[in-house]
Amino acid sequence: MEKLTVKTLQKLRAEHKEDMENRGVQDDTIHITIGMGTCGIAAGAKEALNMFLGEAYTRKMDNIVIRQTGCMGLCHAEPTVEVKMKSMPDTLYGRVDGEIAKKIISSHLLGGRLVSEYIFDYPAGDIYKE
Amino acid sequence: MNIKHYCLVCGVSGCKSSKADAVYHQLLSAGDSSGLSGEVQIVKTGCFGLCGQGPILKILPDETLYVGVKPEDAEEIVKEHLVKGKPVERLMYKTPKETKPGQSYRKQLRLVLRNCGVIDPENIDEYIARRGYTGLEKALSQLKSEDIIEELKISGLRGRGGAGFPTGLKWQFTAEAEASQKYIVCNADEGDPGAYMDRAVLEGDPHSIIEAMTIAAKAVTASHGIIYIRAEYPLAISRLEIALRQAREYGLLGENILGSGLHFDIELRLGAGAFVCGEETALLASTEGKRGMPTPKPPFPAVKGLFGKPTVINNVETLANIPLILDRGGAWFKSIGTEKSPGTKVFALTGKIENSGLVEVAMGTTLREIVYDIGGGIRDGKKFKAVQTGGPSGGVITTDFLDTPIDFDSLTAIGSMMGSGGMIVMDESDCIVDVTQFYMEFCVDESCGKCAPCRIGTRRMQQILNRISKGTGTLDDIEKLKSIGLATQKASLCGLGQTAANPVLSTLKYFEKEYLEHIEQRKCRAGKCKDLVSYTIDAEKCIGCTVCARKCPVHCITGERKTAHTIDQSKCIKCGACLEACKFDAVKIA
Ligand SMILES: Cc1cc2nc3c(=O)[nH]c(=O)nc-3n(C[C@H](O)[C@H](O)[C@H](O)COP(=O)(O)O)c2cc1C
Ligand code: SF4
Ligand code: SF4
Repeated sequence: MEKLTVKTLQKLRAEHKEDMENRGVQDDTIHITIGMGTCGIAAGAKEALNMFLGEAYTRKMDNIVIRQTGCMGLCHAEPTVEVKMKSMPDTLYGRVDGEIAKKIISSHLLGGRLVSEYIFDYPAGDIYKE
Repeated sequence: MNIKHYCLVCGVSGCKSSKADAVYHQLLSAGDSSGLSGEVQIVKTGCFGLCGQGPILKILPDETLYVGVKPEDAEEIVKEHLVKGKPVERLMYKTPKETKPGQSYRKQLRLVLRNCGVIDPENIDEYIARRGYTGLEKALSQLKSEDIIEELKISGLRGRGGAGFPTGLKWQFTAEAEASQKYIVCNADEGDPGAYMDRAVLEGDPHSIIEAMTIAAKAVTASHGIIYIRAEYPLAISRLEIALRQAREYGLLGENILGSGLHFDIELRLGAGAFVCGEETALLASTEGKRGMPTPKPPFPAVKGLFGKPTVINNVETLANIPLILDRGGAWFKSIGTEKSPGTKVFALTGKIENSGLVEVAMGTTLREIVYDIGGGIRDGKKFKAVQTGGPSGGVITTDFLDTPIDFDSLTAIGSMMGSGGMIVMDESDCIVDVTQFYMEFCVDESCGKCAPCRIGTRRMQQILNRISKGTGTLDDIEKLKSIGLATQKASLCGLGQTAANPVLSTLKYFEKEYLEHIEQRKCRAGKCKDLVSYTIDAEKCIGCTVCARKCPVHCITGERKTAHTIDQSKCIKCGACLEACKFDAVKIA
């Protein structure tokens, strides 16, 4: 790719910023973000990931984007999964194993209902949103 | 029908102390009787941390937070808030007056961890989208080297690797040193037992480190950077490799960065696997391919470092702050935290705490806020005993200091240390002598052996602690520990030896009584020192339920059903399983 200059970097930033902010707000895509630091993976994040991928495939849901992220620091609640979609509040789930991942799909994604007992609070506000 | 409101009731399953369960059920029935059942979903959530103010109720999507909710409040909340859309003011969380900038009811402030858990660390575009490389952009296009250093000085940033040295000053020494070649080194060795904040940053936000090192390169005119990282962090290594590749592709590393004329690149070095290699001079020796042993300072690495050239060496967490400081300005950073320790600190909160994990708070936050408002208090409703901070170089903080605002200087003043930010919570079932011995054994294992005070002093202290925990210590041993400790502190060559006695001296200061109990009464009140405890069964209380006999891993409890059981002391391994198992309080520990 072309090496960036100050100008092109700024342009790139503006584009991606808009894209990130629109996730689950403007678009009809469902965004699932899985905490995949060493701790999350050790706690079973890959099992959750595989379940989301598999379920999305078998249910032919082509509007799901599944991403990984680093450790949110909630060791007591690993693996963590965030769900963002237009019709629902942003939600952070913890202790998500394969079975809970399946429940998140059927209940949260398709049924419009949160999965009780696995919701956790975000540890802090986002400094870029104040 | 679509759900209009979600009511999150905090901690129903875990939180036995509060009335959350009753609140939950009252909400369910109030919702039903108001005919809202299709429009409201009432759910239970994991712990919010704010246990002191429970039960807690959060309404989404409007994010209203209710605290101290009683079961009888449920109906009012349903009728007023959910039906009429009028929040119940009297129960709403009120932000305390002294709230620090950026804080809500959530006591954490995430600067270092700003992107961890938010961006995909393997996608540079997501980092860039969240103002990534803005600091570098500024440093390269608007600032002179002196301006960058000045900004850092204004920020008051101090090194997070343990010693707390002002970062701006460190960079200035290197900037002022005359040399043909200079180096920027990131210390990612993180060997302190119980600390893993650096790993979280490297795995979750690797570009923040690359950006910071490139800013440093401009500030001191260096062309070469090295990240010295523990080989035990394979995921962090692979994410860094991906990040470095992406940065090169974008022209954010390499020749003529952002068209500014700066040449800089970074390579990874895998650590040699010893704690002492985290000490800066040992780290540099190891990077040069020599045995990782400390050398005396001065000369400091800032002036004479890697291959004898001026070298900036900074810790991962220190560096992660720097892009933000350049983006938002030193004065902004200085306004957070305390006067002498601006900014935040990430702590790895572990031990007997309900919500273990990484916690980032503004400096000056009290231990009480960390343990009770974020950590959710002590696990299993036990009693708080102390918090160990700073790992093998630190000490204990007792109940008396729960309200001390934590920063570099306040921790040193009470005989502990910030260290790298490990924070281990102890309850009444932890033995002070046992914990102290653990850290001393660590120092014995990790002492490089170069200098006698550390090599011999740590070994002698460990032997004495071992004696005390076995019940064969003498009163002299207390004085011996103190004098060996002070000598090791004064005479050791590097920080490892200089701080190795801290856990001993600090616990002797605050828990001398417990040491004396071990020596004089041969008693370990926590029941941790195996040689000092014995388990017996009180025949009066034992109803012969056989539960303990079935739980005992070595089958040394005998007795007929419905008759009193006994423990064969010669076989008992003192695991405590019977004590936990007995529901009739018949097992005694002495
Ligand atoms: C025994 C010993 C181990 C150390 N281990 C580390 C470490 O793992 N990571 C780290 O950043 N600093 C460690 N340090 C501190 C470094 O020597 C040095 O102070 C630090 O890297 C400077 O960076 P800072 O100014 O950003 O804190 C250690 C010091 C000693 C004495
Ligand atoms: S104090 Fe300990 S670790 Fe440091 S140089 Fe001396 S023997 Fe080695
Ligand atoms: S302490 Fe452990 S080994 Fe000893 S009697 Fe109880 S269960 Fe058995």
